[in-house]
Formats: sequence, structure tokens, C-alpha cells
Amino acid sequence: MFAYTIKRLLIAVPTILMLVVACFFLMHAAPGGPFTSERPLPPAVLANIEARYGLDQPLWKQLWDYLTNIVLYFDFGPSFKFKDRDVNDVIAQGFPISLTYGFLSFLVATIVGLSLGIAAAIRHNTWIDYLAVGLGIAAQALPNFVMGPILILVFTLWLGWLPGGGWNGGQWPYLIMPVIALSTSYMGSIARLTRSSMLEVLNSNFIRTARAKGLSDRSIIWRHALKPTLMPVVTYLGPVFVYVLTGSVFVDIYFSTGGLGQAYVGSALSRDYAILLGVTILYGALTVAVSLIIDLAYAWLDPKIRY
Amino acid sequence: MNRTGITILAAFVSSWVLSSAAFAQSRVPADVKLADDQTFTYRVLDELSSLDPQVVEDTIGSELARDLFEGLMNQDELGNLEPGVATKFDVNDDNTVYTFTLRDNALWSNGDQVTAHDFVYGWQRATDPELASPYQWYMELMSIKNAAEIIKGEKPKEELGVKAVDDLTFEVTLTNPIPYFPQMTTHATTFPTHKGVIEKHGDQWTKPENMVSNGAYVLTEHLPNERSVRERNTKYWNNENTVLDKVVALVINDENVALTRFLAGELDRTDVPAGQFPRLQKEYPGVAISYPRLCNYYYTFNLSDSGPEVFKDIRVRQALALAVDRKIITQNVMAGGQPEAYTFTPAAVSGFEPPTTEMAQMSQADRDARAKALLAEAGYGDDNKLSFDMIYNTSDAHKKVAVALSQMWKQKLGAEVNLGNMEWKVFLETRGNQDFQLARGAWCGDYNEASTFLDLLDSESGYNDGKFNNAELDSLLEQAKVSNEPAALYTQIEQIIAAELPVIPIYHYAGVYMIDSDLGNWPVTNVQQNWYSKNLYKIAE
Repeated sequence: MFAYTIKRLLIAVPTILMLVVACFFLMHAAPGGPFTSERPLPPAVLANIEARYGLDQPLWKQLWDYLTNIVLYFDFGPSFKFKDRDVNDVIAQGFPISLTYGFLSFLVATIVGLSLGIAAAIRHNTWIDYLAVGLGIAAQALPNFVMGPILILVFTLWLGWLPGGGWNGGQWPYLIMPVIALSTSYMGSIARLTRSSMLEVLNSNFIRTARAKGLSDRSIIWRHALKPTLMPVVTYLGPVFVYVLTGSVFVDIYFSTGGLGQAYVGSALSRDYAILLGVTILYGALTVAVSLIIDLAYAWLDPKIRY
Repeated sequence: MNRTGITILAAFVSSWVLSSAAFAQSRVPADVKLADDQTFTYRVLDELSSLDPQVVEDTIGSELARDLFEGLMNQDELGNLEPGVATKFDVNDDNTVYTFTLRDNALWSNGDQVTAHDFVYGWQRATDPELASPYQWYMELMSIKNAAEIIKGEKPKEELGVKAVDDLTFEVTLTNPIPYFPQMTTHATTFPTHKGVIEKHGDQWTKPENMVSNGAYVLTEHLPNERSVRERNTKYWNNENTVLDKVVALVINDENVALTRFLAGELDRTDVPAGQFPRLQKEYPGVAISYPRLCNYYYTFNLSDSGPEVFKDIRVRQALALAVDRKIITQNVMAGGQPEAYTFTPAAVSGFEPPTTEMAQMSQADRDARAKALLAEAGYGDDNKLSFDMIYNTSDAHKKVAVALSQMWKQKLGAEVNLGNMEWKVFLETRGNQDFQLARGAWCGDYNEASTFLDLLDSESGYNDGKFNNAELDSLLEQAKVSNEPAALYTQIEQIIAAELPVIPIYHYAGVYMIDSDLGNWPVTNVQQNWYSKNLYKIAE
């Protein structure tokens, strides 16, 4: 398992490198640059700015400098749009916020989704099942860009219970609506996935054997059925974790959280190459890391899997 | 000394006397009861570009810069000059040497005195190629001696034409006489900065914990993309007449969310989304307000060699301009109180009354008839349909206007118009490369003077994307720069534009906002919307 982990980490390096190079050239291929503005800058001013940011160098040199700065100094360069800040600064400020929303949403989606799914499966074809399935489908059909406006309208404008957005030091009233908006549709998917997976497990031979041996329902479900039920769910959880982090873009913008999503979208529009690349690398690295963790989790869940 | 100089100087002297009197009793009328909580919260569309006054380039950042720093001059509610750090200025006979006398009670937020040396440092810094401020051009525009050479790296920044004669006397030498020079010192690029603090903290100096500023407020909190908070600067020389204690700017990208949060009482000011003004005005009279701004909205023809032949025929340009029903655009499409535009310069500009053009005087029916006749004369009709492409940058409001325009041209002139929208940077690049036929354009005045608009149509202007080239217009602009009576020359220029129609003026912008009724003294009469928190107050409800 240790050797496997090392091997996976080694493969991650060229993967991320390819991501950087592809992203770098795609960005430069897009029309307009970071300093294209409504008022074209006089050539002398533009030359000064390009010299300051190294944009007067040939592309390969810019890429080389960029990579060496990251490897040697862990420096992702200055932002072109936010003149007082560099990329490390932007990420250090926005990522903890995005991570907070993402992690809480992930927890809510997983815990509520699993509970609903399990409850529906063990009370198959009762009103609990119908209610859980109904909730799951409804939740799945409500992506965050639909939930956001509904929540603000109800809880901010009509009821006046919750602030309509902002971070404000991460106080809990500011967390509620973004977390609900972000977690709802994933919660629905997890509930439905868990339900069908559990039903399948409950109908399998080894559970019938367990019942025949006279084990209690509780013991069957928690000791025998739960682990195999989780297999397909865990496969899905990996991408969900990455989605709630990167997918928080809408929530970041809509609820003005100050998270990375706003900076990421803004950087693409303003051609702030440095922020765009920095955040892409961060998300890329996260995706690689999460998929490794999921693969390792399989080994724990299913004794048949050995690395 | 020329006429404009005298007018501005006179306005300045009188406003100085007036405002000294006004300062004694502050800007709050005697019958107004102030609220206990003097916090003003407003919405901004986007994160600011910088808090460094020499570097900042966007409106949102400039609003903060005007509160955190104070330059030589400020603007009052009408956009007229009033004293900032400078209490008076003198100018030599040919308008090339300005001498500003600074007040002796202006302090930095750390207690240091604000001196002429701080202005010398800030102005040299603004031209420094190493800092590479995107607003270096502004120092060149101010015609300060050696600015252009310093920007090009041909001279050291120490040779800039600015001098601290003594601690309280700041002298500027210009290469060209600029009568409106004092107006230009209200711009953030010209604000003083604290050398010691910048040298100590480097590019971290704008962080709230490091920043030292000389304005009515100091920065106390800044979470990019979320909020910035500024609070009263107790060291500010006029602190006792500053009413608001705290000003909070919240970044809210979506204007509809911002409106909801305004209605929920979280904000004191926000923008009205396009098209919602009539409804909001009815539901919230006195809160939803609209006032003229110093910006224009137009479509520009590509008249360069790469442009289409059809637009080189002036009759076609006239026909298209005539067939635009500006009343429908302003009242039904935008519906935010925007004035119809028949001239390039907005009527809101000071010191110049744009002429009433022939087109403005006609009825729409007459215009349509004339447009049809002109187009037929140019050889276009049912058997030879006029066909062209028009582009605009992606936005709901621009799309609505473009669709309305294309329908008007189709119905009235039978023209086939292909609409194309582009993401902002792609649009700028396409328009800047003359890779278009008809393109949207808009401009907000950098300073309150007609030349800020008319210069755009100079054949040498970097913004003249349609490549309109008219020697007479160029020469009139040249004359206006040093003229005693620029208004007459501006009128002639507007008449050339009305006759040649290198652009189709559509409307002039209005500021359309929701402003809470307990916010006092919002300067609706300042057409550049240069507002200062120190002049605002919250009224008890």
C-alpha cells in the first residue's frame, strides 16, 4: 500500500505539469490580455507594465520562469488585476473560506444523504421510503443556482432571519444559506444512491444467510450490510468533494462569500493569468489528492481489493 | 491668464470662502436630527483594483482612495473645487507654474504632518516606470514637465517638474498651459503618499495594519471580494465636522441580490438593475432616484480601410442615425431616466452647452422619412438590401439596446443586421483591431470638461476605434486646448460630428440608484459621482 501511494504521488507530478502547460497556452490563446482596457494604454506605459510582470519575455521563458518560481520559492507570482496582492495572498485569503463552505456542505450532504438513503432502504415501500425518495428527487432537482435565489428571497427578504450574504469572519448565520444551497443536490444524489445500493445488498445471499442464522436486524444492517452498501457511494463522494469545492463558484459569487470562486471566475474574465493558473493548479492538486484517498478507502471497505 | 482659468479660480476662491463658513457648522442642516448609528453601507459591483492611490485605476478603488487620502483639492456636491490639503493656489501669467499653499494642520493617521514633500514623493512615484502604474498616462496628460520622458525611462523621476519650496509650499511646472489643472488634482493619482511607510512595508503597505493615510477615514478591515471597512480618522484636520463614523463597502456581483439585500435593510445604497426603475420608483418614491451622469453611449462606424464600403457613404450613416428612435430606447428599453443623445458630449458637462442639432429638432416621423429618402438615394432598397454586422460586449442591457436598434433599422429601412455579442476583452481586442463594421462604444468623462469626450474622435486618439479622420476637427481640438473661449470651438466640433456622423449617439447615462432616505447629502448634482463620505450623514428615522 505504501509503494502504491508513492507511485500514485509520482504520477501526479506529470499530470499537474500537463495541466499547467495546457492551461498556460490556452489562456494566452484567448484574445485580449490582462492590460487590454477600454482606454488603450500609451505604448510607453504598456511597456513599463509588461516589463514589470515579465510579459515582454517570449512565452516559453514566461512559462519556465513561472515553473521555476513555484518549484524553488513556492511563489505563484503577482496578480495582474489586484495590484497590491500576489497569488499566494489571494489563495491564502480565499481558500480557507471556500474550504469551510465546501467541507460543511460535504458533511451535510453526506450525513443527511446517507441517513435518508438507509432509512428508505430498511423501511422499503413504507411512507418513510416514499418520503425519503420524494425528498431525494426534489433535492436533486434543485441545483445551487436555483436554491440560492429562493433561500435569499425567503430567509432574507420575507422572514428577515438570515443575512443575504457575506462572510463576516465566518459567523454561523452567514454559513447557513450557502451551505444549504451547495449541499442540497448532492444530498439528493447520495440519498438515492445509498438507497438503491442498500436494497441490493439486503437482497443478496450473505444477508439472507445472516438472517437465517437468526441475527438481529440491527446487527445485520450495521455489521454486515453497511460496508458493501458504501462502496458505490464512496466512489461518488470523491468527485462530490471536489465539486463542492470548485462548484462553490456560484455560491461564492451569489452569496459574496469572499471565497476563491469569485477570484477564479474574475481572473478568467480579466485575463489575470497568474490567479487563473494558481487556482487551477490548486484545484488540480486537490482532485488528484482526493481520488487517491478514495482509492485507499476502497481497500478498507472491500477486503478483496489489495494494492 | 485665460477665461476658463479665471472662472475656475473665481469659483475656487468663492467656494473656499463659502466652505470655510460651511465647515464651521458642518454640512448637516440645523433642523436635521442625526441618527445614533452613523454607519453607511453600500454595494460595489466588484473587488477594487488597488488601494494604492498612485496605482488605482477603477471607480470603486478611487471611491475608497478619496476617503482614505486627501489631495490638494476636493470636489464639492456640485463638482466645484474646494480646498483639500491646499488652502489656496497661485498661478503665473502663462498658466504654466502653479504654486499650492498647504494647510499646517493636515496630519497623517500616524500623527506625522502632511508636507509638500509627501506630494513630491507621490507624484514622482506615479511616473516611476518601476512602479508601472497604469495611470502614468494621467501624469503625462497633466503636462507636468518631464513626465513623458520619465515614463519612457529617459530621465530619472527626480527631474519631474514638482518642487517642495518649503514644507507648506508645493510648486508644479507644466510644459503646456492647462487652465483646468487644479481640477485634475482631485484625482487619486495625485494624492500624497507616506514615503516612510511605503519604504518600510513595500508592496504590503496597503494592508489595513500597515496603511498610513491622510484622509477623513482610515482602512480598518479588508477581505477582498467580500468587504472593506473604513472608520473615522481622528487625526484628520476636519474630523470634528465629519459625521459618518464607519463606511462599509460590500462586494455583491449580482445586482438583483444586491437589490434584495437593500430591500431587506442590509444596504443604504445599491444600483437599480436595468429596466426596473419605473417599478421601483412607483413602489419606493424618493428612494429610487435617477440623475444625469457624465457618460455617453453610442455606436461607432468602422471608417478605416478595413471597414465596409457602405459606411463610407455618409448618406447611409445619416440614414441609420436618423432611424434610431431614441425615445423608445430611453423610455422603454433602458427606462432609467437616461437623456436621449444627439450630440457626443453629454449635456451634463460643465462650461459647455452642446448645440441642439438639426436631428434633435425633427420629429421621429420626419427623421424616418428622411432616412428612407437618404438610403434610397444611396442606392439601397428592396432589390439591394443594406446589410451589415454590429457587435456589442455581452450584457443584458446592451443586448436589449442592440436588438431594438436592429429592429428599427429592419422595419424602417429594410436593413439586414447581424448581431454579435462578445466577452469584454475579446470585444475590446476586436474593436481595437478594426475587425468590425458597427460597434458599441461608451465613455465616462475623466474630468468635467467637454474635451474628455471630444478628444476621443481626434484622428490620433488611441480610443478612436472607428478611425474617423477629420483634419478640421483635429485642428479645432488643438485650438481649444489653448483657447480663451473653448465652448465656441466645441460647438463647431459637435456640428462636424452631427454632419459627418462617425458615431451614432444613442443616449447619455443616468445614475440610477436606490438610496435609503436616511442617508443625507448624497451629491446627485456631482455628474462625475465623485463623492466623499466625510460630506454624508445618517438621519434619525
